[in-house]
Amino acid sequence: MAPPPHRRPGFSRKAQYGLFATYVIAIAGTVVAALLLVISVADPSGFSALRAVGAEITAPVARFFNSIRRTGKDIGGNMSAYFDAASKNVALTKQVRANRTRLIEANALRVENARLRGLLRLQDDAIEQVAVGRLISSTASSTRRVATLSIGSNYAVQRAQPVRGPSGLIGRVIETGPTTARILLITDAENLVPVMRASDGLPAFSTGLGNGLVVIKPLNLGESPFKVGDIIVTSGNGGLYQPNIPFARVVRRTNEGALARPLADPANTPFAVVMKAYKGEAREAQQAVAPDGATREAAE
Amino acid sequence: MKRPVPVLRLPLRPGREYESRFDREQSMLKMLAIPIASIVLFSMITTLPVLTTQPILPPFGFMMLLAWRLMRPGLLPVWSGVPFGLVDDMFSGQPFGSAGVLWSLAMLTIEFIDSRAIWRDHIQDWLIASLLIVIILLGGLWISALAHAAPNPLVLLPQIILSILLYPLVVRICARLDSWRLAT
Repeated sequence: MAPPPHRRPGFSRKAQYGLFATYVIAIAGTVVAALLLVISVADPSGFSALRAVGAEITAPVARFFNSIRRTGKDIGGNMSAYFDAASKNVALTKQVRANRTRLIEANALRVENARLRGLLRLQDDAIEQVAVGRLISSTASSTRRVATLSIGSNYAVQRAQPVRGPSGLIGRVIETGPTTARILLITDAENLVPVMRASDGLPAFSTGLGNGLVVIKPLNLGESPFKVGDIIVTSGNGGLYQPNIPFARVVRRTNEGALARPLADPANTPFAVVMKAYKGEAREAQQAVAPDGATREAAE
Repeated sequence: MKRPVPVLRLPLRPGREYESRFDREQSMLKMLAIPIASIVLFSMITTLPVLTTQPILPPFGFMMLLAWRLMRPGLLPVWSGVPFGLVDDMFSGQPFGSAGVLWSLAMLTIEFIDSRAIWRDHIQDWLIASLLIVIILLGGLWISALAHAAPNPLVLLPQIILSILLYPLVVRICARLDSWRLAT
């Protein structure tokens, strides 16, 4: 392709100035955008109103395509269920027989647990769910792992509420719009979740890797205590996330911890439950006395 | 006096085979709106229900901008990277302003390349676009690392490869839109 003819505008003063002006505007615009960037880097929650507008504009289309996608998936599942119905029936019958004894044992344990809790006067935090929605889109081209939820402040969804699916923890709410909310997924590199090993309560922290896996780092030092296949659940330490939400399954052991795959796949979760922040009242009471950022370190 | 019977015609097609095609004007609205709308709509692709566990979706808005810029030099002004980038920032999830800066720098880079190179063909366009896509994606990661904790740059590798391979497709779409834009 030949270079465009406007590059040398000839002797016309007006054309020369016009060309010059476009360069001036371009550089000035870049500087303005850089200033906006500095503001948003300094305050990541700023401009959330603009992002909410973007999400609200595209939400109807996303909802529509999401329902189509889900219907298509249901049809596929129903079709394939017909083909191996007989063999599946036999396997399930066996499984039901095996599970029945386990269920009875579990029931006995539940009763015993309730009795012991009553003796210790432990109060159960009622699992308080705020609302149920669907994940309708995610930032699939950015390195941030943020998903959009189909409900927002119209269903009393607020910032810093945990979100879980039927199979495990999905993330937490970071921004809310009128009918949408943005959720920081647990696979984002910024999302730090206090977790523990389900079998023995070994405390650890989880950080996202940005590629669909999370890193589990135990609090104690020394060799990594994890094995492939360990189930990780949330520990509830520090509030925010309820304890014992299924979280991830260890897929590889590393030197300082383990790599784990989250149990809830955002692409496959049929619904997402927004829950109240765990021990939210305690946190509010604490904030009333010493708000975040207000207490300064003593000068040396 | 005989009057011609008015023929009832279904408005399926604007019977243009009976009209002169000389001296027709292109629609100004179409000429301006199609490039702008196509870039903005391609930026919005990320809000479709594509739920991925890692960044895999190519930056379609930026690829469309590159396609228009490289195919039709002089159509988009040099400063157009800023507004298109800021629109993209509303949807992409990056810190606001990141695409505004990066896309504008990309437009200035192409302007610089155009002032040096005499001719470009499709392969060279593809090369320029590939380099710019890699720089934009790595730059976006760097910028989001300033604001938030960020993953390892290797996470971007599948997205980079996919974007480079899909660029010719975006150019084809852009060329089709262009012939529609300029049709009389």
